[in-house]
Amino acid sequence: MKKLKTHIKSMLLLLAAPMLTLLAGCSDKIAVLNPQGPVARSQYHLIIWSLIMMSLVLAIVLILFVYVLARYGRKKSSGYDPEDTGNRKLEIIWMIVPVVICVLLAVPTVKTLFSLSNPPKATAMESKTAGKTLTIDVTSVQWKWLFRYPDQKIETVNYVVIPAGTPVKFRLHAYDAMNAFWVPELGGQQYTMTDMPMKLWLQADKPGNYDGRSSNYSGKSFAQMTFKVMARSAADFDSWVQAVKSNKPVLTHEKYMELLKPNTVKSQTFSSYPELVSKDFNKAQMEALMNGESVETDKMNNMDMDNENNGEGGHGHND
Amino acid sequence: MTNATLSLHEKDQSKMPLEYTTEEGDLRIFGFWIFLAAELVLFGTLFGTYLVLQSHTAGGPTAKDLFEIGPVMAETIILLMSSFTCGLSTIELRRHNKKGLIGWMSVTILLGLVFIGLEANEFYTYAVHEGAPLSRSAFLSGFFVLLGTHGAHVSLGIVWIIGILLQLGKRGITPVTARKAFMAGLYWHFLDVVWIFIFTAVYLTGLVI
Amino acid sequence: MIDSIKSFMGWFFVTGDPMIYGADASIALASIGIVAVLTYFKKWKWLWEEWLTSVDHKKIGIMYIIAALLMLFRGGVDALMMRTQLTLPNMHFLDAEHYNQVFTTHGTIMIIFVAMPFIFGLMNIAVPLQIGARDVAYPFLNALSFWLFFVGAMLFNLSFVIGGSPDAGWSSYAPYAGAEMNPGVGQNYYLLGVQISGIGSLATGINFLVTILKMRAPGMTLFKMPMFTWSILITSVIVVFAFPAFTVALALMTIDRLFGAHFFTIAAGGSPMLWANLFWFWGHPEVYIVLLPVFGIFSEVIATFAHKTLFGYAVMVWSMVAISLLSFITWLHHFFTMGNTAPVNAFFSISTMLIAIPTGVKIFNWLFTLNKGRIQFTTPMLWALAFIPNFTIGGVTGVMLAMAPADYQYHNSYFLVAHFHSTLIAGTVFGIFCGLHYWWPKMFGYLLDETKGKWSFWIFMISFNICFMPMYFLGLMGMTRRMYTYPAGLGWTPINVVMTIGAFGMGAGFILMAYNIIWSAMHGKKDATGDPWNGRTLEWATASPAAEYNFARIPHVSERDPFIAAKEGRKSGNAASVQRYAPIHMPNNTGIPVIMALLMFVAGFGCVFEWYWMAIPGAIGVIACMIARSFVYNDHYYISVEEIKRTESATGRLS
Repeated sequence: MKKLKTHIKSMLLLLAAPMLTLLAGCSDKIAVLNPQGPVARSQYHLIIWSLIMMSLVLAIVLILFVYVLARYGRKKSSGYDPEDTGNRKLEIIWMIVPVVICVLLAVPTVKTLFSLSNPPKATAMESKTAGKTLTIDVTSVQWKWLFRYPDQKIETVNYVVIPAGTPVKFRLHAYDAMNAFWVPELGGQQYTMTDMPMKLWLQADKPGNYDGRSSNYSGKSFAQMTFKVMARSAADFDSWVQAVKSNKPVLTHEKYMELLKPNTVKSQTFSSYPELVSKDFNKAQMEALMNGESVETDKMNNMDMDNENNGEGGHGHND
Repeated sequence: MTNATLSLHEKDQSKMPLEYTTEEGDLRIFGFWIFLAAELVLFGTLFGTYLVLQSHTAGGPTAKDLFEIGPVMAETIILLMSSFTCGLSTIELRRHNKKGLIGWMSVTILLGLVFIGLEANEFYTYAVHEGAPLSRSAFLSGFFVLLGTHGAHVSLGIVWIIGILLQLGKRGITPVTARKAFMAGLYWHFLDVVWIFIFTAVYLTGLVI
Repeated sequence: MIDSIKSFMGWFFVTGDPMIYGADASIALASIGIVAVLTYFKKWKWLWEEWLTSVDHKKIGIMYIIAALLMLFRGGVDALMMRTQLTLPNMHFLDAEHYNQVFTTHGTIMIIFVAMPFIFGLMNIAVPLQIGARDVAYPFLNALSFWLFFVGAMLFNLSFVIGGSPDAGWSSYAPYAGAEMNPGVGQNYYLLGVQISGIGSLATGINFLVTILKMRAPGMTLFKMPMFTWSILITSVIVVFAFPAFTVALALMTIDRLFGAHFFTIAAGGSPMLWANLFWFWGHPEVYIVLLPVFGIFSEVIATFAHKTLFGYAVMVWSMVAISLLSFITWLHHFFTMGNTAPVNAFFSISTMLIAIPTGVKIFNWLFTLNKGRIQFTTPMLWALAFIPNFTIGGVTGVMLAMAPADYQYHNSYFLVAHFHSTLIAGTVFGIFCGLHYWWPKMFGYLLDETKGKWSFWIFMISFNICFMPMYFLGLMGMTRRMYTYPAGLGWTPINVVMTIGAFGMGAGFILMAYNIIWSAMHGKKDATGDPWNGRTLEWATASPAAEYNFARIPHVSERDPFIAAKEGRKSGNAASVQRYAPIHMPNNTGIPVIMALLMFVAGFGCVFEWYWMAIPGAIGVIACMIARSFVYNDHYYISVEEIKRTESATGRLS
């Protein structure tokens, strides 16, 4: 059955060809495989490690598959043995091998998981942000992204400027629908939710622009819910903040309410914001407030996952 | 459907309860147990939901504000009594005593009706007089739906048992009616067990915490 | 007056799009056509007596499969519309609203109204025959399950022309799926349609669990059961323990939307996260509900066409048991990115990886079943063989997704979409096509054409790879699922073009398969023996199609693969022939299931539009049907010995 063999060969080629060309051709287009910061890099290492292990598994399966079909798929193959119905030794082997592979994958997984809840190591040296961290509050609104700098007291829409080499703590909130905050070149995503603030550490190695988008469907204009992350040198970042503070308009209450409506808007920049903004009210709370009701906060809203010492990254040890 | 008949014939039928003597009865009772297992998951999910949302009172009335031990104890005692009379009816079923079976089952559903009446009254009080309807807060949504699901089960059980009583009256105790009466008994006891959990997880913890 | 009617009609019927009018017209034409054909050929009575009121598991199985194939066609058209829209950047084939509805209905239909009913159809046909039973444990309930699924599917599909389709995704995440951000009836259709068919699925689970545990032929111990039966037994257990959670989740969201409760809302303390937990507590086991049965099918087909007993039978069984247990403790991996603490994510990462172990064991056991076999490349076997490499790709990418920190980069991207299509198409779809070709002669008494079958296989399988292999890279490039369009200049266009070509290739493969079904119905090879494949299990011992009572005498079983043992002259399966025929007890046909399901449809439709004047009578009607059924005592009849002899001699089986 030669025909079958060629079938299988062409099938394998078919499987492998696009992968190879893609991997070789345009790895800089493959954002996840082109990490530009320590968080994305640690995930990249994990991905590559798992890819190697899994290719190994796939290769074993494919080799056995092709061998078995080529050997026993012919019309006149010898070696037919209907009594071959089990082999304890073999079965134990292929039970242990996956266990070993799982262990080899689980250990770095757990390590990376725990390390990701701490801020990455800062690399910026030259300015006053060196060694410090920056906090940015992110709010997803149908269908735009609001960025608030609580320390700098400025606000941007649909783009965010960060100092390169400095760990940035994004505190994630949702005003209405659930979204997810994802900048593939800088690191993996987290959801934004109305009832629980979340935190994501990201850091860019060097100045550059990185694409971010929502990755959790939130309705009509979800596809347009993108933002730019602009990493600048620490000095440039500081001068940008100064420029915003002196040149850009104030975010008024009315303008803020306008932003909370479900629509798409262009990038915007504001030199300050009203007090209300920093309360991170969700849609229900905001509507209650507008109706003159008291805005109660449940336990959940105060359940901040943020329990590490800011920027230090370690819990106290009782040695 | 007859392939298991052989094995059943081999057993000594006279020592078996009537409802198990036919293959069909055996199958249906077995299936009913599995149905109850699914019901357990259903109520388990509702309990989980309630416990998650218990503290989400959104500034509205809390469990402590609403619950009163008196009516709840009354509901509990009445439902437990109905479980007891339901047990008595199964004993009468085993004795092949039609009158006793119908009598105790009737008492059971009467107690069930009283329970439903008390529960409806409790719901009405909360929703109308205490300003705590289901739409007030997540806690109340969880409360009304968990208890409402239990109450709906009890109500459906009452309708079902009435149907079985009519069949018992007309046909007497046969393998088929015996099986139906027995299954209704299982169902009733199951609902009591669920109530015990409601009593503890909803009312007692609500009154204390 | 006329104005108000006009405005009602404009709101009630979906308007404004030529595709919708096309659908309206084709639905109307198809309905008129069906009515006309049935009336012209005077087939109404036949339809009612032979099909609609039937409680025969074989006919119910066929009805499941017909309905599932129709739904597969609709879900496939949805897929092609999506692929067309995404071929090039900034296309205007569909607008955002339409695209959102299409991906929602695609996902829901494929999982709930294709994968599950197709599997239910195959298990209805094969399981009672494989275990030597005359029917399932509860034939009435079985018919009811089917009709509940059917009206649930119809209710869901009605949304396309009346009221508007749901658009919150098949996972319907709160709070977006709540009344505030998603007003209108679309989401209600999802909740009610899926709920009604879900009740049917739960009943099917109970039914087959009892059937398999209690109604096996004498001598067939659990560890002598065919592997497909084993897979259905385990699947049934998962159904029984997973579906009630979904029933509750759907009910709670319905109560949120209809009665203003606050389970999943943003306001008043609702918890959108709770929906994700409840949904996936059902949703992950659901994946195995549609996968384990096809593992069973592949086991049967591979053993049959390798002409060997399955390799490592006991390990195959225990690995399925392990998968079923693990499936209940992995649901959180669907939202690693929902702010869980590191220890929680670590637990669910590891529990998910563990599933790879029993699954891997199964892959190797299949390979070693083939080893030292005499492999025969029939159409069902090709589907089964293609499953092994293709599903392995889905499996290994699954392990990659299980690693939580890496998942932060894959989640909701096309990498994820590619992964679950690799498992669900290479697993479930290949499996149901495999089972369809394998058991087709048992259902209808003739074979599907092999040449056309093989062509449709190769076209579908290659196109599947063209469509989904590049998709992994698209995900790594940052394209997320559920985007209705994308800008140019991101380097995504070439891959999208290739994927669309693949998608249409899969459509072509499916069309060829449909043509094969029609062609074979007219010219297909008759299966006179009832055993066209040299089968190993008891279903091949019956005529094709099997007599109403399946087995004139209940076979006795003494080993695995009892039918091959009987053919090889060993004892198993033969012992019964010394018995005489006896009258066979059979359940009566009944119209109650179909009527009850229709009333359920009325109640569901009323709830969708919050028309309680319609919903409440419908619900009362459902309860009335249950009471009426309780009073039916004359629910069975006997087939006489003469009739058995007549039937048996007609297929040359009188002994």
